[in-house]
Amino acid sequence: MEQNLLLTYLLLTPLLGSLLVLFFGNEQKIQIRLFGIGVSLIAFAFTVICYFKFDPSIPQFQFIQKVDWIRSLNISYYVGIDGMSLLLILLTTFLTPLTLLSSWSAIQKNLKMFVFSVLFLEVGMIGVFISLDLFLFYIFWEAVLIPMYFIIGIWGGERRIYASIKFFIFTMFGSLLMLVAIIWLAIYASGLLGKFTTNLLELYKVGPSIPHQIQGWMFGAFFLSFAIKVPIFPLHTWLPDAHVEAPTAGSVILAGVLLKMGTYGVLRFCLPLFPQSAVQYAPLISILAVVGIIYGALVSMVQTDMKKLVAYSSVSHLGFIVLGIFAMTIESIQGAVIQMINHGLSTGALFLLVGIAYERTHRRDIAFYGGIAKLVPVYSTFLLIASLSSMGFPGLNGFIGEFLILIGSFKSAVLNSWAYTIFAATGIIFAAVYLLWMYQRVVFGKVTNEELKGELTDLNLRELIVLIPIFIFIVWVGIYPGTFLRLSEASTKSVIDQVGTFTVNLLK
Amino acid sequence: MPSNNYEYSLFLPQIIIGAGIVLSVLIEIFTKKGKQLLPWFSIVLFLAAASNSIMNISRDFVLFGGMIEVGGKPAIFNFIFNMGAALVVLTSVDYLKKYGTNYGEYYILIQSSVLGMMIMAGARDILMIFMGLELMSICFYVLAGINRHKLSANEASLKYFLLGAFATGFIVYGIALIYGSTGSTSIQNLRENFTGYSSNILFILGLAFFIIGFSFKIAAVPFHMWVPDVYQGSSTTVTGLMSTAGKAAAFSVLLIMLSGIFGTSAPYPFRPYFAVIAVLSMLFGSIVAISQNNIKRMLAYSSIAHAGYMAVGLAAGNLYSVAGIIYYLAAYTFMNIGAFAVISIVEGKNDTRNELESFSGLNSKDPVLAAAMALFMFALAGIPPLAGFFGKYYVFVAAIRSNMTWLAVVGVLSSIISIYFYIHVVVLIYFKNPSDNFKIEVSSFSLTAVIIAALLVLVFGLFPDTLMNVIIGSLGH
Repeated sequence: MEQNLLLTYLLLTPLLGSLLVLFFGNEQKIQIRLFGIGVSLIAFAFTVICYFKFDPSIPQFQFIQKVDWIRSLNISYYVGIDGMSLLLILLTTFLTPLTLLSSWSAIQKNLKMFVFSVLFLEVGMIGVFISLDLFLFYIFWEAVLIPMYFIIGIWGGERRIYASIKFFIFTMFGSLLMLVAIIWLAIYASGLLGKFTTNLLELYKVGPSIPHQIQGWMFGAFFLSFAIKVPIFPLHTWLPDAHVEAPTAGSVILAGVLLKMGTYGVLRFCLPLFPQSAVQYAPLISILAVVGIIYGALVSMVQTDMKKLVAYSSVSHLGFIVLGIFAMTIESIQGAVIQMINHGLSTGALFLLVGIAYERTHRRDIAFYGGIAKLVPVYSTFLLIASLSSMGFPGLNGFIGEFLILIGSFKSAVLNSWAYTIFAATGIIFAAVYLLWMYQRVVFGKVTNEELKGELTDLNLRELIVLIPIFIFIVWVGIYPGTFLRLSEASTKSVIDQVGTFTVNLLK
Repeated sequence: MPSNNYEYSLFLPQIIIGAGIVLSVLIEIFTKKGKQLLPWFSIVLFLAAASNSIMNISRDFVLFGGMIEVGGKPAIFNFIFNMGAALVVLTSVDYLKKYGTNYGEYYILIQSSVLGMMIMAGARDILMIFMGLELMSICFYVLAGINRHKLSANEASLKYFLLGAFATGFIVYGIALIYGSTGSTSIQNLRENFTGYSSNILFILGLAFFIIGFSFKIAAVPFHMWVPDVYQGSSTTVTGLMSTAGKAAAFSVLLIMLSGIFGTSAPYPFRPYFAVIAVLSMLFGSIVAISQNNIKRMLAYSSIAHAGYMAVGLAAGNLYSVAGIIYYLAAYTFMNIGAFAVISIVEGKNDTRNELESFSGLNSKDPVLAAAMALFMFALAGIPPLAGFFGKYYVFVAAIRSNMTWLAVVGVLSSIISIYFYIHVVVLIYFKNPSDNFKIEVSSFSLTAVIIAALLVLVFGLFPDTLMNVIIGSLGH
């Protein structure tokens, strides 16, 4: 088999970087920061190379590398990407240097360990998106937990310990059940293929032939793990805690990339491996998704803390993505994939902006702010664009994703009802309510708090460098989404084909 | 079976340790610097025995008229015992001075206990098992109370002795019944005719008594009552040895008795028994550990839980579970000895600073020690890709292969519970500020042991094949 080392270089760059950063002295703060940013920029450069070398017309995995790892269990280091993974590793490597730059002044304590954690986290996230072996995927999936746990626990807010432990145990709960399912699947495969295997491409052939009832259990074990990560209502309770207590950089990565691991997992594993069960449970899961959309939006509306508001809005937005996936049409899944990127960009931007204000005033409650447009016009402009993008304003990125998902779910044969679309669409209206209402209370009117005048200063150059790239993409996706949609088109089709082949009878 | 000198050379590890014990006694009696010399002498012995064992792992012979098996599976166990003991002795050098028990006999007792374990793991006759077991146990009873001036150590020693004697009673009674019903103490005979014997209720009863006796030794619920007090009262290094190599020795005996029928068509009447004690141990150990405030006591309950995970392998009862359990034992030995080595460094004089609180802010006091402890905790919790994860992975694979998926699910659920208390230590180390100004004196010997253990945990985790291939090679299939 052809061995392509590109993805391995991509994976090794942050890994080596995270180890090398430990050799810096504690006092070399600037060097440590620059080193971290440099390493993550090199990783970004590798993904850009991937982007240019990638051929979007073929649905198969590309840049494949396969090396035997654990022969006794027939597990190999097997990596490769298709369009979906490419978009997500682009997002990951794009956000990582920005988060490191954004925490330039916010993180002072234990800096070396912070950069180590962020780079190590990047290894795990990239690994999750490029693994083609279930076992390898599981290792990276778990490896992500530890650095995130440290990021929340060491640099987080007051209730950081509670939040970090809750985050860890919630996500671990789901993933360990997935581990049992992975082992079961590998053993089942050994009956059919004659060898114990966790090779994803081989399991694609095995999964659909699992007896119906057991397949339901397998689907459930995988789905639970992903649903906790997404999070799907009612498994979302760890999310507001983790977001509120995490430092800004942690929130950006958590919302931007970690939640996408869940939706990516559903698309990559749940649907193609267990198509019959996926179709069977699609209406139920879609109901939960729609409930999540409305619930997240309503809860966001009553928040008094800006960060919590953005956190709950994630529950609502991720509901759209899940709805798009389980509607199982080309449009809706394409919309879900692009919406994963959009949510990473716009929610990332919102968290960064809230973090910037917090760094200056150490307050996040909406009531404290008011009329800041006069004090910080540039900041207010960015906040407006980010809010509009998050609520799905036409011309910006959020609109594209939500629109595709709604169209797709409307004509979905699997859901076979327009009710999902109607209710989901109200989520967009609610989003406009809570975001614009927050914006109005924070930005417009008279300056309500005299303290703000001295403390709140406008964006500095470093913050502009962090924000502008994100906003370029927010507009780019909004105006010309074709650049990104064409990447994932072939892989979306192949997921739908895989599901369609095995469920033709179910849909009649 | 014709024997020649070559085959007897495979008995070298036992000879090394046996001769070493005699020499150590002489050193202790006739030299004034015995105390300084003995630890290093012991380490040389252990490393020599370990390397000799590992070299002969692909050969497998039965010596002395069917009494002792050398090479093969016993060799991998010898490797685990000797490496574990070497690390424990390395940790003990400076710890004993702090603990106030810098006696020469400490090292001689450790050597003797290791010899006992090696006899147990290689036994091919039930009486050899008993001999090895007593040699190991009696050394442990003394080691537990090595600090005779300390009340809790005396209590630990006495409690261990009484309950140990109780367990021995079960074992002897079981042996008597087995002998009575089969007329032989040979394990080879027992394996070959198991199907025939298994219809005899007395034989099954005898084997059940035997297994119950060893359930005490592996610290499985409901035979675990002695564990927390003994692990807490004994000196930290001794606990490190008892909880790892001692457990491994007890498991080696269970494997000797049972693995002959794994993967064959012979009836396996103990599957429900092991499934029940596995579930009880995993859940009880993990849940009770949460409420502990003393780290040694917490790790005692964690040790009970780990016995449960390994018992999952025994319940599965196939060839995969044999390899899985041995892997688990090796992984557990190194991660737990590593954890106890860190505890022995952090500990103050006279058993102070054993509370979880004393780990607060360890990262700001000594980052290397903190990172190692975090690594051991993550490994014990079974986070991939560390050695502890693969131990669990292999036994769960074995369980699912025997159609006991439910047992793997229970195992997974109890792992989630156990994560809470392992993570709690990491929380204290990294997220809290130091609770006192106590200055930790890091002995370079102990630190070396910690680092070796940490490297093994990492290597066995990242490249599990390194160990697994050796184990599969030693099993010879």
